[in-house]
Amino acid sequence: MSKLIFEKNIPGSNAFSLPVFDGGHPAVETSIPAQFLRQAQPQLPEVSEVEAVRHFTELSTRAYGVDSGLYPLGSCTMKYNPKINEWGARLPGMACLHPYQPQDTMQGALQLYYEMQAMLAEITGMDSFSLQPAAGAHGEMTGVLIMKAYHQHRQDHKRTRMMVPDSAHGTNPATANVVGFDVIEIKSGARGLVDLEDLRAKMSDEVAGLMLTNPNTLGLFEEDIEEIAAIVHEGGGLLYYDGANLNGIMGVARPGDMGFDVVHVNLHKTFSTPHGGGGPGSGPVGVKSPLADFLPVPVAAKQGDTYRFDYDRPLSIGKVKNFYGNFGVIVKAYAYIKALGGAGLKEACQHAVLNANYLRHRLRGAYHIPQDRLCKHEFVATSRNQTPQGVTTLDIAKRLIDYGYHPPTVYFPLIVHEAIMIEPTETEARQRLDDFAAAMEAIAREAQENPEVVIQAPHNADIKRVDEVTAARKPVLKWEGS
Amino acid sequence: MLQTLGLSSLDQLFSDIQADLQLGRELNIPAGCGEMDLRSHLKELAARNRSTEDFPCFLGAGAYDHYIPAALEQLLLRSEFYTAYTPYQPEISQGILQSIFEYQTMMCNLTGLDVSNASLYDGGSALAEACSLACVNSKGRRKVVVPDTVHPEYLEILKTYSLAGHMEIVLVPSRKGAVDIEAVESAIDDQTAAAVIQQPSFYGVIEDAGPIEKAIHAHKGLFILAAEPISLAILKSPGQWGADIAVGEGQPLGMSLSMGGPYLGFMTVRKSLMRKIPGRIVGQTTDGNGKIAYVLTLQAREQHIRREQATSNICSNQALCALAASMYLTLVGPQGLTDIARRCHQLALYARQALEQAGLRLKYDRPFFNEFAVSITDPAAANRRLQENGIIGGYEMKDALLLAFTEKRTTAEIDRLVAILGGV
Repeated sequence: MSKLIFEKNIPGSNAFSLPVFDGGHPAVETSIPAQFLRQAQPQLPEVSEVEAVRHFTELSTRAYGVDSGLYPLGSCTMKYNPKINEWGARLPGMACLHPYQPQDTMQGALQLYYEMQAMLAEITGMDSFSLQPAAGAHGEMTGVLIMKAYHQHRQDHKRTRMMVPDSAHGTNPATANVVGFDVIEIKSGARGLVDLEDLRAKMSDEVAGLMLTNPNTLGLFEEDIEEIAAIVHEGGGLLYYDGANLNGIMGVARPGDMGFDVVHVNLHKTFSTPHGGGGPGSGPVGVKSPLADFLPVPVAAKQGDTYRFDYDRPLSIGKVKNFYGNFGVIVKAYAYIKALGGAGLKEACQHAVLNANYLRHRLRGAYHIPQDRLCKHEFVATSRNQTPQGVTTLDIAKRLIDYGYHPPTVYFPLIVHEAIMIEPTETEARQRLDDFAAAMEAIAREAQENPEVVIQAPHNADIKRVDEVTAARKPVLKWEGS
Repeated sequence: MLQTLGLSSLDQLFSDIQADLQLGRELNIPAGCGEMDLRSHLKELAARNRSTEDFPCFLGAGAYDHYIPAALEQLLLRSEFYTAYTPYQPEISQGILQSIFEYQTMMCNLTGLDVSNASLYDGGSALAEACSLACVNSKGRRKVVVPDTVHPEYLEILKTYSLAGHMEIVLVPSRKGAVDIEAVESAIDDQTAAAVIQQPSFYGVIEDAGPIEKAIHAHKGLFILAAEPISLAILKSPGQWGADIAVGEGQPLGMSLSMGGPYLGFMTVRKSLMRKIPGRIVGQTTDGNGKIAYVLTLQAREQHIRREQATSNICSNQALCALAASMYLTLVGPQGLTDIARRCHQLALYARQALEQAGLRLKYDRPFFNEFAVSITDPAAANRRLQENGIIGGYEMKDALLLAFTEKRTTAEIDRLVAILGGV
């Protein structure tokens, strides 16, 4: 266990300094009333630069990223993050732009922003895009607010409910609730797809729409999507596309062609921008033209050869974030799309799907796979075969750490008992998939022959499993001093 | 691989998508390119932007051109940090979890409050989340009293978030550039869930938050203070002002301007709101061997557990920006942060004196930190003149320019600014 930075304090060792100041040194006490001033400096670490660098470098050695190895985290699309994109976003002409500087001093950035809107519209089959939302859930909130604004604009005030499948990401029902809708859960059928009868029964003139992930969280394409769209649209509702799994159809099929009215995409999943240990992401929202007037302001527009931000959109829901979104993330995603091109994006999708199906095929037998048929970019296995030995999904996940892998997503989707959700992405070679499959098979064997070694895992990690109960019951959420 | 699967073409992998739903053509996006071409293209785009590296920037208005230590930029490129996902598996993520725990500690110390989350999107959305928290927590109160000295974009975001229907924003006009305390007091009643103040205000003014704190607490509502983090080295902390919730824009703590994002929304709260605060939180605990360990905790608040009962939907946050903030605070240290805050203020004092000597005057005669509005008849024309002279000017108000001063500015740059503004 490494010490906290606060425990490495060496008073007086920080040598940070400012340039010499030649403008006089009036004390702040003479220009700011004492009642507004702080009495004591805030407690912050006092260390030298080398101590700081060593501290954070050491912390980084106890983290695992895509650059460390295969990261089969289902629904998170942990694909490789090309380094040229990082370089591009850090160019002073990108990174050192003030959001309010005159628009004619940032035409390159505005062009990028404008083209990004257009390219995302083409990829998803939508008509207009806003790049403002900061993350997937933020995009959902924006999209659902747009749906709400649309119904209200049509004086259709009865629609107070939102339909969400039971396989949905937690952000879907949470978003609907946060935006003020009552959530109606739609059941999944035996094949892991939306139960059409349940959908039909629950659709009514009080329903604003359906939030759907396609491919869904089982990695399955919702084959009845045209009928789903018809049911929702005939009932006067709108269809929302959660783009978390866009990587499974990118370049092959488009939500806009399936009847979706609103989409969000996750630039930090499908378009290769790094996840940053939890963020920043970027969650652009696209809509069909009847909803375009409701998009957040501003959107980038082009007049002749000039790009500008357009704020003159009277029906807009307003702003969901300061300025224009996570521009630095948008630059990286733009670079990714430019590098791959139309054909390359489709190829990325094809290989993501090929890799997922290959792994599914390899793990069949060792692990129970409830929907063992053609999947898209991910699939869900379970630990049912290991249950008789007392081995759970969590045990398998922790044992994978001993084998040098980041575990897959576990216990999600909720509709699958003891789920292990695996998304290899397109950026893994077959050889690496074979290595991973071998590790999974070895764990399955251990579960049969020596289950304790799995149950007690991890053995080689930085720490053993943690006491989460005490963490939540007696929270220690900051360092309180020695 | 296809053979292993018993398939003969990649197309067969998509046989579950009806033919008429398949695109059937290539995406209308130009052919891809190699790294060298991409590099040239990005460079060409960047070259058509004026960067604050090359032109002195006096724009603030919620985004500030502070110095970023070289060590921070290097450390942030440690790819174990930036290519990782959310640390849901603590055994393989202790480094990231510990860094968040340290960030939480620093933000609590800076704001004088008890509990910090791991980050929110930005200052504006953090304020909206705080107001939303106040309404949900009050069980029935819907009113949030907000003076119009809050950043106009924050106000826009608040309005948008309130479309959800659970809060009503009561906007109180300011008087002479400061919060109209009497108007705020009379707007607060027993239906008020929270009162908000931004410190310093959007117009750079350091406000007297005391009377608002008394008024809102007298009516048992929550006091929310939106703070500027660097100013907190010398200004009274939100905790000292009696705030229940502090939020703010963390961008000044080591994040590049980047045309407005990614930035850092921070939020800290009093202990009593610990189980209400949105977003991820890291807690300290022990592992199976009794060794100190860190883990995401209090997750019962969050969307993936609570689903349709969740009161915030946040999932991805701005983790890497929070990491940048804790690296920044570590690299400059308490004295460095104080020096930076003082220098910003001193440069602003220097600029005021120079502007007044040139015959200009400040729009509001009130205490400021590092930003103030200077009265100018035609601010757009003034900004154009500045631009022609290689200076990124101020934020255009109706009859004034809002100018910000960071430690990167020099007296020589200010002299140039004043010479041009004085001649308008």
